[in-house]
Amino acid sequence: MANVLAVTEQRDGALRKSSREVVWAARQLADAMGGAVDALVLGGPGVDAAGAKLGEAGADRVLVAEDAAFARYAPDGYAATVAAVAKAGSYGAVLAAATAAGKDLAPRVAARLDAPLGTDVTGVAFAGGKVAATRPVYAGKAVQQLRFDAPLAVISVRPNTFAPGSAGKPGTASKVPAVLESRVTVREVKAAEQGKLDVAEASVVVSGGRGLRGPEHFALIESLAKAFGGAVGASRAVVDAGWRPHAEQVGQTGKTVSPQLYVAVGISGAIQHLAGMRTAKVIVAINKDKDAPIFQLADYGIVGDLFEIVPKLTEEVAKARAG
Amino acid sequence: MKIAVCIKRVPDTETRIRIGGDGASIDESGVKFVVNPYDEFAIEEALQRKEKAGGGEVVAIALGPDAAQETIRGALAMGADRGVLLKADKVPADALAVARALAAELKDGGWDLVLFGKLAVDDYNHGVGPMTAELLGLPCVTAVVKLELEGGRGVAEREVEGGMEVVEFALPAVLTADKGLNTPRYPALKGIMAAKKKPIEIKPAALGEARVAVTTLALPADRKAGRIVGEGPDAVGELVRLLRTEAKVL
Amino acid sequence: MAPRFEGVDFYDVGSLLSEEERAVRDTVRQWVDDRLAPVINRHYVEGTFPRELVPEMAELGFFGANLPEEYGCAGLNNVAYGLIMQELERGDSGVRSFASVQGALVMYPIHAFGSEEQRKRWLPKMAAGEVIGCFGLTEPDYGSNPGGMITTAKETKDGWVLNGAKMWITNGSTAQVAIVWAKTGALGDAGGIRGFIVPTDTPGFSAKDQKGKLSLRASDTSELVLQDVKVGKDALLPGSKGLKSPLSCLTQARYGIAWGALGAAMGCYDEALRYAKQRVMFGKPIAAFQLQQQRLAEMLTEITKGQLLVLQLGRLKDQGKATPQRVSLAKRNNVNVACDVAREARRLLGANGILVEYTAMRHLANLESVYTYEGTHDMHTLILGEEITGISAFE
Repeated sequence: MANVLAVTEQRDGALRKSSREVVWAARQLADAMGGAVDALVLGGPGVDAAGAKLGEAGADRVLVAEDAAFARYAPDGYAATVAAVAKAGSYGAVLAAATAAGKDLAPRVAARLDAPLGTDVTGVAFAGGKVAATRPVYAGKAVQQLRFDAPLAVISVRPNTFAPGSAGKPGTASKVPAVLESRVTVREVKAAEQGKLDVAEASVVVSGGRGLRGPEHFALIESLAKAFGGAVGASRAVVDAGWRPHAEQVGQTGKTVSPQLYVAVGISGAIQHLAGMRTAKVIVAINKDKDAPIFQLADYGIVGDLFEIVPKLTEEVAKARAG
Repeated sequence: MKIAVCIKRVPDTETRIRIGGDGASIDESGVKFVVNPYDEFAIEEALQRKEKAGGGEVVAIALGPDAAQETIRGALAMGADRGVLLKADKVPADALAVARALAAELKDGGWDLVLFGKLAVDDYNHGVGPMTAELLGLPCVTAVVKLELEGGRGVAEREVEGGMEVVEFALPAVLTADKGLNTPRYPALKGIMAAKKKPIEIKPAALGEARVAVTTLALPADRKAGRIVGEGPDAVGELVRLLRTEAKVL
Repeated sequence: MAPRFEGVDFYDVGSLLSEEERAVRDTVRQWVDDRLAPVINRHYVEGTFPRELVPEMAELGFFGANLPEEYGCAGLNNVAYGLIMQELERGDSGVRSFASVQGALVMYPIHAFGSEEQRKRWLPKMAAGEVIGCFGLTEPDYGSNPGGMITTAKETKDGWVLNGAKMWITNGSTAQVAIVWAKTGALGDAGGIRGFIVPTDTPGFSAKDQKGKLSLRASDTSELVLQDVKVGKDALLPGSKGLKSPLSCLTQARYGIAWGALGAAMGCYDEALRYAKQRVMFGKPIAAFQLQQQRLAEMLTEITKGQLLVLQLGRLKDQGKATPQRVSLAKRNNVNVACDVAREARRLLGANGILVEYTAMRHLANLESVYTYEGTHDMHTLILGEEITGISAFE
């Protein structure tokens, strides 16, 4: 019987949305393996409060590693702590979310544990006594099934993919030692615009492309995103043109996003862009060219002038969400 | 400055993917292979750092089949001084195995910097760079978009959700490069000719056991066909209704 | 954003290239997509040459690429040189003309006919794009008949005095240096034609752009006037002797043009094919209609033949066997092919084909100049005719 260690992520003392998803994914895997889920919370003093609800998400135990040095992501200290916890228990898998921190942390943990790594997976399973994973490759043009031939595998799960349910597990909390190591030191995090939702985290993304004609028109995208309660994304063309920051770029050389809803406005649908959003649950396209490739991928499309359509859509969405 | 850049031969991102006969890899016939685009940022950074330091050596290291020599020559054409091919007929899906082979090669090399691209555009593992750093016991920062080096210390910036993480470290260090770090130079035509004369050492790759198996590779399931809801602002009402009642995302 | 050009290679001609030749082709191809394509429409419409790109082209080694490394050049073989021209012209014929002039018509004669001192003085700077040159052979009344030129160079105590006028000179108004061909003897004696390196700031030398061009608009085309232009003894290209000297320069340029024209054709074909596959009419893509398929099949056939033609010519040139007549055949054929391909591509594109947003009509217009310059199509016909039959039909 092997357990699953789910590494959560906190920011300013509160757990990020992806943490519940990781614990849920761990729950699925642990049930298949016949084991328990330990959720690991790393953070500054008082972070144990953040772990309180993890039982609901499926954690049998919540392990808390508290230290002032852990208030922010600390690559070496986190990796050393996770590895120590993993070694001290009998785990068949260590899971983390494939966020910026998670993608940095998972390989370090895997190397320290001499364990195989699966990155940004969209499915986990246990078959034939081995952990298996599903993940997109070649920019989403193909899907891989992996099998890990080792007693422990380290896996990062794609955010917005494992929709957390309710499991009603005890989530009993206990402390574990924070192992402090630092070959690198995170000095600070320079915050982007206040309150701006990151495109990789949002469940709704509204992206704009060259059809917007100029940076000044992106206000339309921002309004629509706000109406949806979502984030603003951008195609590579408008980022390269300097209209929007690289952090908003969706696509092969930008971010890969998996929101519930992706609205592509004035984006033709070049293959490199599709690579970044094709796993969205629902795709809407608005474009004046009915032959634009994006319509072949979209679930719903409106052909026409975005300058007329988007304001109307913003109004209707705001009404629908308010009502 | 002595800098190692680890590069990978990957299919061009425009490639139309076809599944090979074994159902677990791509059909390589007609596929154009290139240097992993993220590795180009690493090569460029290495060349710039060597130029800024007024001298040193940039070595391009690839793990892969014989054909990866052409990939190494691409780096040599950009200006790298010499190359090393760790020969392996197939690059394993196990990032740790690759990292092991690279760490064995890099150990005791006296490197000031070891650079990687943040991910390879075929497997998207984001793994080999930081794993190699762990095996070498070196400081590592991943997905670097900005780098400053001064007197044996460095400050790197990387994009995280909601902002930029600023990370400090001492050299020697391992860094993985992200888009935006620099603008990779085109290989000058003279460089392409000079690359022919630069040495490439070929050794077997000490991979060890690969413990990740690709059991299947398949094309993604087709999305259910979508539809054009209508034209112009008049279609908005219908779209909102569908998003609400049919797609249930509103 | 236009998709990257992946090449047109139906007969896997790429496999007949060496790794370096492919790498050269790919570097120029990518540079054209990244740097030239985004600005060429504006320059073409405005009638300006994208001079801002010259430093990058120089840095990458595009100028005089097949001249030796000791003069700061890339030292490539002739197939690689051809591939550069092919990819540049896919970008624009005017930009390829700039490179052809700089490399084949200015740097080449200095290398072939100049003294070692002249070579060392000029070639590295020209390779670096620091000195731009132009080639003064054609005159207002002497195009196809350059031997009839009336520009003269009279020897003096200190050097030479040049008088005359040249026309249709690419780079004329921006060049720092002009390679001027002039008669040193009697006007009836083409054997007295010799080449001179003339700095364009020499008193008496003036250059003026020709206006009203509807072709090669992204290129500077100028008239040169030489009025008692005094140059020193060191201005003479000592190895130049008779009409065959400038003609041998033209042979170099024509070789590059035979490749370049194909580049334009390949670009037009690729664009037409993509368009045909996605443009829907009567409920299906126009690529489904027989007449369009025929257009595309014809284009591809001619392009493929042309590719094999210039590849073999390049291999012959590397063996020193590319005679002027062999080059004539390739220039004549490939430029004619390109004109046809551009025209048919333009037609396939329908109304959209007249917009500058699509490359076909710009290529079509440019290629009319390429058909006429560097030896008109008809002149090359007669060159071949004379070679084949032994009988000259020029006069």
